[in-house]
Amino acid sequence: MSSSTATQTYVPKTRVGKVTDYVDSRVGGSAIVKEFGRKIFPDHWTFMFGEVALYTFVILLLSGTFLTFFYDPSMAETTYEGSYLPLRGVEMSVAYASSLDISFDIRGGLFMRQVHHWSALLFVAAVAVHMLRVFFTGAFRKPREFNWIIGCTLLILSLAAGFTGYSLPDDLLSGNGLRIIDGVMKSIPVVGTYLSFFLFGGEFPGTAIIGRLYVLHILLVPAVILLMIGLHLFLVVLHKHSQFPGPGRTNTNVVGYPVGPVYAAKAGGFFFIVFGILAAIAAAFTINPIWNYGPYDPSPVSAGTQPDWYIGWVDGALRLMPGTIGNFDFEFMIPFPWGTNALPLNVLIPALVPAIILFTLMFAWPWIEAWVTKDTREHHLLDRPRNAPTRTAIGVAGVTFYCIMWAAASSDLIATHFMVSLNDVTYWLRVLVILGPILAFMVSRRISLALQRKDREIALHGRETGRIVRLPHGEFIEVHEPVDDYKLYTLTSFESPQAELPTPDKDGKVSRLDKVHGRVSRFFFEDRVAPVTPRELAASHGDHHEEVAGAKDREAISSR
Amino acid sequence: MADSSHGTPGTTVAVGSTGRQLDEFDNPGLPPHRPRLADRDPRAEKRAERQVALLFAISVVGTLLFFVGYFFIPLDQTIERLRLQNLMLGLGTAFAMLGIGVGIVHWAKTLMPDHEVTEDRHDIRPESDRQDAEKIVNDILDESGIKRRPLIRNTLLGAALLAPLPAIAIFRDLGPLPGNALKETMWDAGVRLTRDPSGTPIRAADVTIGSAFHVIPEGLNEAEHKLEEKAKAVVLLMRLDPNELNPSPGKEDWAYDGIVAYSKICTHVGCPVALYEQQTHHLLCPCHQSTFDVEHEAKVIFGPAARPLPQLPIEVDDEGYLVASSDFQEPVGPSFWERG
Amino acid sequence: MKKSGSSGITKGRKQPVKALSQRRRHPLAAVALLLMALLATGGIYAAASTANEAQAQTTTFTANDVDEGSKLFAANCASCHGMGATGSDAAPSLVGVGAASVDFQVGSGRMPMQMDGPQAQVKPVQFDDEQIRQMAAYVASLGAGPAIPSDEILDPAEGDSSAGGELFRVNCAMCHNAAAAGGALTRGKYAPSLEGTSEKHIYEAMVTGPQNMPVFSDANITPEDKQDIIAFLKTIEEQGSPGGADLGSLGPVSEGLFIWVAGLGVIIAFTVWLTSRSS
Repeated sequence: MSSSTATQTYVPKTRVGKVTDYVDSRVGGSAIVKEFGRKIFPDHWTFMFGEVALYTFVILLLSGTFLTFFYDPSMAETTYEGSYLPLRGVEMSVAYASSLDISFDIRGGLFMRQVHHWSALLFVAAVAVHMLRVFFTGAFRKPREFNWIIGCTLLILSLAAGFTGYSLPDDLLSGNGLRIIDGVMKSIPVVGTYLSFFLFGGEFPGTAIIGRLYVLHILLVPAVILLMIGLHLFLVVLHKHSQFPGPGRTNTNVVGYPVGPVYAAKAGGFFFIVFGILAAIAAAFTINPIWNYGPYDPSPVSAGTQPDWYIGWVDGALRLMPGTIGNFDFEFMIPFPWGTNALPLNVLIPALVPAIILFTLMFAWPWIEAWVTKDTREHHLLDRPRNAPTRTAIGVAGVTFYCIMWAAASSDLIATHFMVSLNDVTYWLRVLVILGPILAFMVSRRISLALQRKDREIALHGRETGRIVRLPHGEFIEVHEPVDDYKLYTLTSFESPQAELPTPDKDGKVSRLDKVHGRVSRFFFEDRVAPVTPRELAASHGDHHEEVAGAKDREAISSR
Repeated sequence: MADSSHGTPGTTVAVGSTGRQLDEFDNPGLPPHRPRLADRDPRAEKRAERQVALLFAISVVGTLLFFVGYFFIPLDQTIERLRLQNLMLGLGTAFAMLGIGVGIVHWAKTLMPDHEVTEDRHDIRPESDRQDAEKIVNDILDESGIKRRPLIRNTLLGAALLAPLPAIAIFRDLGPLPGNALKETMWDAGVRLTRDPSGTPIRAADVTIGSAFHVIPEGLNEAEHKLEEKAKAVVLLMRLDPNELNPSPGKEDWAYDGIVAYSKICTHVGCPVALYEQQTHHLLCPCHQSTFDVEHEAKVIFGPAARPLPQLPIEVDDEGYLVASSDFQEPVGPSFWERG
Repeated sequence: MKKSGSSGITKGRKQPVKALSQRRRHPLAAVALLLMALLATGGIYAAASTANEAQAQTTTFTANDVDEGSKLFAANCASCHGMGATGSDAAPSLVGVGAASVDFQVGSGRMPMQMDGPQAQVKPVQFDDEQIRQMAAYVASLGAGPAIPSDEILDPAEGDSSAGGELFRVNCAMCHNAAAAGGALTRGKYAPSLEGTSEKHIYEAMVTGPQNMPVFSDANITPEDKQDIIAFLKTIEEQGSPGGADLGSLGPVSEGLFIWVAGLGVIIAFTVWLTSRSS
């Protein structure tokens, strides 16, 4: 009772206080301030990519809103009469003409278009890099699995947002991109032709597609993205941010800066920095010069026809797939009682299989890894990538697979810029898309293990000082300096799970699943480097030759 | 709080054979705080303050630069002006934003407290909450009676399953059914081959060896669905030495004196296959690099396409102009299920 | 039909064209471009009426030219193209390729070829203008072929750049790229970038179809259409990109590379600064 009495009797003294009190007593602001005002966020540069994604999305909403005021998504024919002379008098769609008007006749329109497009490229890149950070540090583990799924969904949504926007200017480049989508869609068995006709409102290109993509681009996709961002951030607040292991940091605390004032200032300031960088890029670098491409027409095409970077890997996969191998034809004609149907696997396989592999692994990974480790604990401390060698290697293999397909999308530019044959580039990339991930897996796992051994070395024997000393009996040694307790803790505070062999149940039987699990567990953890223990460190000081020599040497030097 | 059976944070009990080593280093706690220059030296503090203010001032200059670019550089249809205006608007915005952003961050880094603070994590789901929630849910279920009245439950399920179907069906009119549309083009016996985009007819004599013509059917420019028709009907016309052509039986008269016409729409996913190499007689698709050999009826010799480009049979009319002998004998463009 | 002053304008304008492409930010560029654009839109009508007279064989060769050219040919070209230019296993016959072919191949430095390869590369030009003219005269004397175009038909100011743009996109962009930045062909061959290529060489390439480029004879693309294409190419070359640096006009690939390397690089630099402790 006393508290409610106090609230009623509180009389603000200043004008600001009166306004604040008026709002607070109606929205419960005090409780919000109490909850968030001093909430702690850990600081690390790799934790900023999610913010970059969020901020670029805000910039996309701002610049996009400007563009919608001038853009007209109509595919009606018109004759261009605007300021750009090399297209004067050319027949084109209203959508393309209005995009040209934004570029040439509306002050700041070109700048806004460039900000919007550059932001879109950076948005998807930031989402991707943020996800890579989460993956390689193991931040997707319990309790954050669902937030990982929301993140994966956001990635797909950002691709959808990008693609629907890319096509809107109705220029030659994006039109040929749409034509490729149409071709891929038609290759889908049974329903493909119908899907194409429903999407385009009849035959390609029709007069409906731009308007439909526009609604998806400015309404549906951003709305769902906003919803997902809301959920994503809610879960971040609920879980509190994860942190790297280190002195003072445990699985039960969060160490960092309070929201007010430091974190809010840094995060808030960072929005302006991201905006500033994008504005500078848009000021000085052309993006998507639609005036070069001309209006969409089904007959012309430009050399170097590629999609924006985030769709590149699918385009690359389409390029890499051979239509025929020897006399084996990937397009099957299947005889049915009602006639023959075509199944063009040369299109279906590259369009669907890599995407299915990557996205399935991505969505399922938290549960795959939990099954392998049989780990049901919560993890708020991150892994350094080297301390999870197999996960890191699988991630690098996935990235390599992706990047080779991505590179394949620019095979023609690789050929012209490195003076090699286009065909050879394709042949090499066909080999690499299979071999590359395997090699990348092996190499990156070895590198992780080597880095772990290096950490052990430093923990046990100290840091190399670069000082060479000659001992009384003539031997030269390098002086090693033991690391301090904080560094030692950082180097040794990680988990190194061991391979788990299948254990027989009560009847002495090992189930098939257990056997599989045993094999997978061995694959994951067979090669492991254990963290240095205090016992080992003591032992190394006791009988390790180099260190003894080094220690003696230091004594000798200091006694001099 | 550290109840291992619920996997709460802080559990360091080994699970299976994984888990932490029995002996590990003690957490030494946060390293001692090291004061910054601005914490120790009042002059450094003052300097940082001035730097922050200067950065905010730069932002003001940036905003002014934007207005100069917007109001004092009138666009006059030259690219030069537009580029200058774009540069000024962009740099103005960049300075305006970076001035604020860098200023605030510099302020936070140098002048705001930099002591790291520790906050405890709490259980995401305390057990007492779970028990309360379980009880509430059970009460709700009981009061609703949904368990006791299966008739209601089952009819509701059925209704809820059916109710969304109209929402799917209502999209039926997004587009017409394909019908025969993909199997027919504007080409027909006697339709003249004309230049793209002008629509002027082509004489056989105009087509010299080594040349390539981009061709549309006569009347396309006046057609009702021009782009849809063009998307199927575009053709590439080339002339080779007749001896270099290897027509299969029955197609010997599809060419006219070494002049051949092939669909320009790739059989892979539909890009225009327009890159003709006049010495090798290869056609290359710039999108996915499918390569077709014109000497051998445009069969695929490289890349992801699996089918040759369809050939348009051509002949010459009384006036010496090239005309089609018929429509394409197979559907043009990418494969689709009903292609047959 | 041509106004008497037009060739004077041609000569007067050709110089600023080159200078402008180097210093696009010159204040006079805007004026020059506007003038040229006005001439382009107006000039098309004048050009259209002279359509059939413009098949200009303006360069006339003397018997002496042919003679000198024959000697140059025997010394520099005959080892591959054969005595009498009738061809050999190494190189094609040059009978009937015309003066334009010689002017293009030798004038752009492609011939004499340095080494065997997928296609002849552009190199520093090996002969002076007089020698090239003499060799052209010799080859032209072997059989009828495309002639070196006249200056009038090459004047970009007389062409319609938007009509040229349409023709360029249909006939040329698939190999040379919509912004004429070049592109790949099969097995190491490529279509070169057209930036910096002279009006004359663009025209000659169209009429002769060098190497794997198809021939675009006057029956296919009329001389006036070719002039429009040249006008288009020169317009986009001079004006540059309105949005700033064009990143090679290579489309989304260079844009993607830029945002990943430069964009993300700067962002990361800022994140590291932002999260580091102040000294």
